[in-house]
Parts: sequence; structure tokens; C-alpha cells
Amino acid sequence: MPPVTRVVLAEDEVLLREGLVGLLTRFGFAVVAAVGTAPELLDAARAHRPELLVTDIRMPPEHRDDGLRAAVTLRAERPDLAVVVLSQHVQSGYAAALLDSGDGRRVGYLLKDRVADVAEFADTLRRVAAGGTAVDPDVVRHLLRRPRDPLAALSPREREVLALVAEGHSNGAIAARLHVTEAAVGKHVGNILTKLDLPPADDTNRRVLAVLAYLRAGR
Amino acid sequence: MTLDEPRHLAEALRRRRYLISAWPWRALAYAVTTVPLAGVLAVGLFVVGAPLLAVVTAAQRGRPVALPLVVVLTVVALAAVAVAPLVSAPLAVVDRWRLGLVDGRPLPGPGVRGLAARYTTGAAWREVAYAAWLGGAVPLAYGMFALLVLLDVLLLAGPWVAGGTDRIVLGWTTVDSPRAAVPYAVAALLAVPGLGYLAGLLVAAQAGVARWLLGAPSDGPALREVTRSRARLVGAYEAERRRIERDVHDGAQPRLTSLTLQLGLARLDVPEDSPAAKPLAIAHEQAKELMVTLRRIVQGIRPQQLAELGLAGAVGELAARATVPVTVRAELTRPVPELVETTAWYVVSEALGNVARHAGATRAEVRLTRPDRRLVVEVEDDGRGGADPARGTGLTGLADRVAAVDGRLLLASPPGGPTLVRVELPCRP
Repeated sequence: MPPVTRVVLAEDEVLLREGLVGLLTRFGFAVVAAVGTAPELLDAARAHRPELLVTDIRMPPEHRDDGLRAAVTLRAERPDLAVVVLSQHVQSGYAAALLDSGDGRRVGYLLKDRVADVAEFADTLRRVAAGGTAVDPDVVRHLLRRPRDPLAALSPREREVLALVAEGHSNGAIAARLHVTEAAVGKHVGNILTKLDLPPADDTNRRVLAVLAYLRAGR
Repeated sequence: MTLDEPRHLAEALRRRRYLISAWPWRALAYAVTTVPLAGVLAVGLFVVGAPLLAVVTAAQRGRPVALPLVVVLTVVALAAVAVAPLVSAPLAVVDRWRLGLVDGRPLPGPGVRGLAARYTTGAAWREVAYAAWLGGAVPLAYGMFALLVLLDVLLLAGPWVAGGTDRIVLGWTTVDSPRAAVPYAVAALLAVPGLGYLAGLLVAAQAGVARWLLGAPSDGPALREVTRSRARLVGAYEAERRRIERDVHDGAQPRLTSLTLQLGLARLDVPEDSPAAKPLAIAHEQAKELMVTLRRIVQGIRPQQLAELGLAGAVGELAARATVPVTVRAELTRPVPELVETTAWYVVSEALGNVARHAGATRAEVRLTRPDRRLVVEVEDDGRGGADPARGTGLTGLADRVAAVDGRLLLASPPGGPTLVRVELPCRP
């Protein structure tokens, strides 16, 4: 049995907050605090020192990007804190701001719609807590819709693979989705890294850099 | 820039291409029609003023003023005062119409009705003042200008006229040979455009006074009220949109998300072979679809990014979503009012939509600047151009939206491109 992940949850709508607590508990997370405002989120995260933070972006008191700003602040204090932010809309600027905090690992940017697929949502949280990166498929899609300069060299298949990498999937999971062998995916990933001019180093980290490369190209 | 035509002479005078536009000819037409009117009025004023002149002359020479003269003077003065409002009324009608030659802006009359009102309203007496001005001051100005023109013509003709026994006497010198006249003729030729401008200035000043005296001050506040209420209506409409957006975003959306989440959790506990499994799965899928639908609706009501990211950030999101690469340059040093911000956002959204649909462009640029009391939005693409407000409703709809907040939309789109849409929105504090 893996160690229980301690989570602080922030969501201002009570019903949804309760629902999320139920979901997280159900999938084996320990929700140590569930709060409704950004200042409470800062206090709770500092007091409980959780491994994972799940927060809405739009929160009281200002109802703008308070939740995101709190998350970025906490990441600056504790770079090992995994953060997943939930947004009602696709906004690549937010995704990039979050990915820019720290080394771009242990972060997730998801549309709120994703919580509907409860098992997949829980799976994504686990991947982020374990050191992965998860960018919502919708964000990925609209960033990949047109060829951008650094990505112009990628073939359509390589772009497809990069999109799945950005969502935080492993080579095995990508292979299963695209109905190809894992070796083929590994080859695509290698090509992507070469074309994006990312020199060999820690492989997992290079995957994150590849995702960051096209998120930055999007701005 | 077909939409950027000057609307009146004073504006046209500030343009570089004034002399080769139609405006000098319009000014000429106005001046030519002024001459007979001002001439008749000047004669009338002289008839009225002659006895007064006689009295003043007599008084100056210390002679006693004859009683009949005083009587005549009194009678003439009273008659003039009695007749003036009746004479000035048709003159005002003619001159309001005539003003259209050099001023495209509408000039509503004050609407003085009835004979009594001719003598009791300020508007009627302003028309009298206009008649006096047209008969008194205008002929003097025209006379001076005519002298200048005559002098110029004389100098121009100098090389042909001077010589032999004929001499041209100028104020300070005398020209008596064609050779000596040449420099003066050249100077006179160079002065011709100056005279064109001077004539324009003269006519513009005259038209300005006409507008000032013949306009309808009493109706002014009412007209302003109309435009204000239009802006108010747009403001109220936007406020209502925001309220709906907030209600959906803060009320309906989280509840629906919560419902969908609960359905998802419930599915985990229902065995796949249970009779409830299929309807539950259908309900879950429908709830998910509804979430997407609702999100699209909210996005259309009011740009959510505007509230969260501000104008520059929200425009950046629009650019990120465009089908061609879009550069955004935002220099917003001063705050932008909310209604103007929303309008600007729609302008950029529509314009980039047009770029994607019609322009065939490979790139575009959005510029936001905030000069004093204005927000200027420019969207430029390198497409094929030929955008025409007359075809399709996109541009006119945009112009309507801009006009509702008292802004204006300018378009340059020659065939072959590039296309530049420029929108200026006033920012009142």
C-alpha cells in the first residue's frame, strides 16, 4: 500500500468542495483541510504542509486569479509542493504562469470539467503528486492547433505524442492510446527532444522542458 | 480611409491635401453666395445708419441737431428694430441651408414659432445679430480680401503691364520695366496658395459664426441627452450581461460540476450489470455535455478573461487562440473604463475573426495605445485587403458597437492589402 497523499483543497463553492472531498477520500487521498478562500488556503497549506494542493483559480476575496496566485506563492516557498489548479476556462497564460513556478514539475492545470471523469481525475492527481506535469488536453489542443516556429519541425504524429506527454502520460500509456508499441513512442519522444534542441539529461525532466517549450512558444 | 473624410471646412483646412480637395471649391461656392446676401444687407444697414451718421457728424462739428433729423432718426431706428426679426428669419433659413456647403454636420434651427416669439425669444434676436454681422462685418472682410486678390493679380500681370509709359506704383516703390516686375510676379505666384488658405480661413470663420448664432442653443441639452442615454443603454446592457455571466459562473456552473462529479462517483458503486448502470451512464454523459455547453454560453456572454486578466491579458488570450500568429503590443499607461474595455475586446475579437475568415493573412498585429482621453485599438494583417463595409455586416456591426460608446472606426483596406482597422474610443473619467 503506497503512503497516503496529504491534500489541501480550496474551492469556494460548498457543494463542489464537498464533492471533491468525497472523490479524493474515495481514491485514497487524505484531505487535511478544505477551505473556501485564498488567504485560508495560504494558512492551511503552511499549517498542514500537505504533499498536494488542489485549488480553484477564481476564488474569494477578489474573485480573479486569487487561487492561482496563492498556489504560485506556496510553490515559491516549497518547490516540492505538488499543485493542481482547476479553471473554468482554458487560459494558456495561467497554465504558463503555473508551469513557470519552480522547474515545471509537480504541477497540473486542468479544466473543472475533468473532475467529471472521477477515476481519470484521481489518476492525474496521483501523477502530479508523483512528480509529473499535467496540462489540460483542451489547452494542449488549442496550443497545437497551428504550427508555431519551434514546433514547425515536428510531424503531426510527433505533435500528437507531445500533446499526450503534456497531459502527463508515460510512454506506456501513450503507446496504449495511439495503438503503437512503446518502443515507437520512445523513438518519437527522442525525435521531439532532438528537434526541440533539448540535450540529453535526466529524461523525465526533458519531457517537462519539451512541454514548457511549446507553452512558451504560445505566448 | 473613406470613413475619415473631414466633416466641415475648419477640419478640412488642417489636412495636408486641402488645396487639391473639393473643399476650396465648396468654400468658393459659399463665398460667392455670400456676396449678394451681404451686399443687400449692407445697403439696408447703410440706409438705416445714414441718419445716425448725419447726427453724429453734426454733433462732432458742434452744430445743433435739427429736430426733423432726430425725428427721422427715431422713426428709422424704431422701424429697423421692428422689421429686423422679420427680415432675419428668412435669411436664417437660407443661411442654415447654405452652411451645408462647407459644413456637413446637421444644424437644427431653434424652431421659433409665431410672430410674438420673433420679438421675445433669444434665438430670434440671435438671428438678428447674425443679419447685422453679415451686413456689417462680412462685407468689410470680403473687401479687404478682394483688395489682396487685386494686388496679387496686378503683380502677376506686372511683366506684361509695366514698361513704356505705364508704371506700376506700389506703396513703397515703383515698377517701370517688365524686368523689374518679374520678382514681384514670382512672389505673387507663390502667394496664390496662401490666398487659397486665407480664403478658406475667412469662410471657415464666417461659417463658425453662422453656426454659433444660427444653431439652436435651447435644443442643445436635449440632443446631448439623447446621446447620453444611448451610452447609458449600452452600459445597462453590459451590466446585465455581467450579472447573467456571474450568476451562471458562480451559481449554475459549480453546481453542475458538482452534480456531474456525484454522478461519476455513483457510477463507481453501481455494478455494470445492474439495471441502473446504463441510465446512470447516460445521465453522466449528458451532464458532461451540458457542462461544455454552459461553458460556451458563458464565454459568449462576457469575456471572462477581461475580468480576470484585464484588457491587455484578455487580448493576449484572443491572440493565442487565433489561427494565424498574432503579435500584441499594449501600452496602456492609464486605466481604461470598463465599458470601453469590453468594447475594445469585442473589436479585437471581431477583427481577428475577420482576419481568420476573409483576409488570407499569414500574420497579424494588435496594438493598444492610450493617448489622452482615448483608447486606440489597431488591428493590422498582411492579407489580401479589399475589406468593404458595404459588403457583409461584420464591419458595420462593429462600427455600430463602437458608435454606441461615441467612438469611431476607421478602415484602410486597399485591394492586395494590407488591412488596417483602427478604432478610437473616448475614455471619460
